[in-house]
Amino acid sequence: MKEKTQVEDINRGFYDFRFEEDEKDMLQSGITPDIIREISEEKNDPQWMREFRLKSLEIYNSTEMPPWGPSIEGLDMSKIVTYIRSKSRMNNQWEDVPQDIKETFERLGIPQAEREKLAGVGAQYDSELVYHNVRREVAEQGVVYTDLESAMYDERYADMIREHFMKLVPPTDHKFAALHGAVWSGGSFVYVPKGVHVDIPLQSYFRLNAQGAGQFEHTLIIVDEGAYLHFIEGCSAPKYYVASLHAGCVELFVAKNATLRYSTIENWSKNMYNLNTKRAIVEEGGKIEWVSGSFGSHVSYLYPMSILHGRGARAEFTGITFAGEGQDLDTGAKVVHAAPETSSYMNTRSISKSGGVNTFRSAVTVNRNAVGSKSSVSCESLMLDSISRSDTIPAMDIRTDDADIGHEAKIGRISDEAVFYLMSRGLSEENAKALIVSGFADNVSKELPLEYAVEMNNLITIEMKGSIG
Amino acid sequence: MAKLLKINGLYAGIEEKELLHGISLEIDKGETHVLMGPNGAGKSTLGHTLMGSPEYEVTGGTIEFDGEDITELGADKRAQKGLFLSFQNPIEIPGISLSAFLRSALEQRTGERIKLMAFQKKLRAAMEVLQMDPEYAERDLNVGFSGGEKKKAEILQLLMLDPRLAILDETDSGLDVDAVKTVSAGVAEYRRENENSLLIITHNTKILESLKVDRTHIIAGGRIVAEGGPELIEDVNKNGFEKYVQAERGEA
Repeated sequence: MKEKTQVEDINRGFYDFRFEEDEKDMLQSGITPDIIREISEEKNDPQWMREFRLKSLEIYNSTEMPPWGPSIEGLDMSKIVTYIRSKSRMNNQWEDVPQDIKETFERLGIPQAEREKLAGVGAQYDSELVYHNVRREVAEQGVVYTDLESAMYDERYADMIREHFMKLVPPTDHKFAALHGAVWSGGSFVYVPKGVHVDIPLQSYFRLNAQGAGQFEHTLIIVDEGAYLHFIEGCSAPKYYVASLHAGCVELFVAKNATLRYSTIENWSKNMYNLNTKRAIVEEGGKIEWVSGSFGSHVSYLYPMSILHGRGARAEFTGITFAGEGQDLDTGAKVVHAAPETSSYMNTRSISKSGGVNTFRSAVTVNRNAVGSKSSVSCESLMLDSISRSDTIPAMDIRTDDADIGHEAKIGRISDEAVFYLMSRGLSEENAKALIVSGFADNVSKELPLEYAVEMNNLITIEMKGSIG
Repeated sequence: MAKLLKINGLYAGIEEKELLHGISLEIDKGETHVLMGPNGAGKSTLGHTLMGSPEYEVTGGTIEFDGEDITELGADKRAQKGLFLSFQNPIEIPGISLSAFLRSALEQRTGERIKLMAFQKKLRAAMEVLQMDPEYAERDLNVGFSGGEKKKAEILQLLMLDPRLAILDETDSGLDVDAVKTVSAGVAEYRRENENSLLIITHNTKILESLKVDRTHIIAGGRIVAEGGPELIEDVNKNGFEKYVQAERGEA
């Protein structure tokens, strides 16, 4: 009998512990004006935000579900708890974080990573930030890294937030953007002043602990002229038996000649609906670098968008997705070239196995005025068996003749011949497959933030196990 | 003492199509054998079946290696026992360097961690024999290699893994005269170890000029139709395969 092997799922056991939450802390499920008012009350929103939330709810109620993409029928919005009171005020001393929350993050390696590799850390548990800290030398450069709620009440930033909040992603963008506008809670506000180069990354970690809940954090980052920042977000949740929802929103403003690198390691549990919206606007000579690793969730809709607004602005998108059993990951990236001599580059890899579905959508728009622009899209997919699926859906809207556009897509299965070749040199079948898969992902996975050592080890290590066939 | 390789009445094929019809062949330690035959005779099928390719199904007979029946073993187990197949068309594997792959293959074969310094020394020496640019060690395995470089990389792996029996499947095909010389030098280096054995699959004889051949087998239509010493090679050189093909048709 021949030994048959398969590439195993990424080990998620690590994320699957959870502590019980107090029912009294959870607001009633569903979304009504009363619940929205209660959230505003709970968070002591300024008046404009109270109005903003209610307006967003109206838009939500009058907007249809997206008519395309993977099915989200399993998501019953009337059952999702949109807000969970925090047991703790925001802390900037790790010792002050409540024990069970502290333990959760410690198991995920967060404070350790902060001590070793990061300029600042934020940690959100369910709806609220529980911890935020930034190194003194970074704070002394004038870098602001805090939660949006406190920043809204700080007179130095209040106007800045009001001016930028949901301006890149308006609630009218789509149904879940409207939902986000109504129920958002937590997230981060980062401001890097002119010319400041933040040498080591800042990181936010989002953890959804309660089941049947939603996480709606808002990340607003402004990198001022000539400044540099690397921001990392990590997401995880334990395994639940009821659907949960993540509908976060990320708005990134990259000023003239500034650079922002935005890395995401997403490993939500396999019954999470990840309907996240991310968008960046880049001014003259500036650059946005997206690095995205998507490993978790049941269904994802995720297409970070870059608007190249100033002459010579650049966007780079590097992404890897891994879809296993029961996962339908619809990911991609969008770029709008809205100024001359702008350039964009997308390079992605997707791996699907055990019936997992990967869809990669790229959308490149080159406006009439964006003369001398360049765009290059390269996506490769690898299917590890015959029951998995991979699709590529490119869209291009090019309105000038003076643009250099390239697109390359490759979809393939793991080749039996390649496996045999490696086995003939003494590698076991599982090692041969692991080598082919990691080699396939290599170009992209080496871009993922190594700073995040604990996450990396768990996410990139592909476990292989033999079973008799 | 047991023969190193003993093939007993081997039948194999793809799905419903039988391609090997009862092949028997023996190779002793330290011997060099040549397997010749026209296109489509079953040469590569035999090489791949010996190595355990899942593409071919064995429907009868056995393969013994050093006295052990390996007919049901996977390719990895066969390699670990000391069998090696040089591919006619080596596969490109992106994302893993030739040297990293060789180290990993060596570690899997020996079950021990390989010391980096000793490994690099051995690798450099082997690349020199094959006149390979050391830069190739850090390139992705076979990716973008020319036909000749791919063949050299196969012989490099042969030298590094140092198997007990190497099957060279058309290693000389598509190479220019100089490249054949270089590859032959690599094969000769491998044979310098007295116990090492070779089964050279070819339909061409340039690669054999620098080697002492012990035995020649002619395959046609999935059957061994003639066997003899090195004189058979000369006969094929002069007269081609026609009479062997005729003989096989007569038999079948």
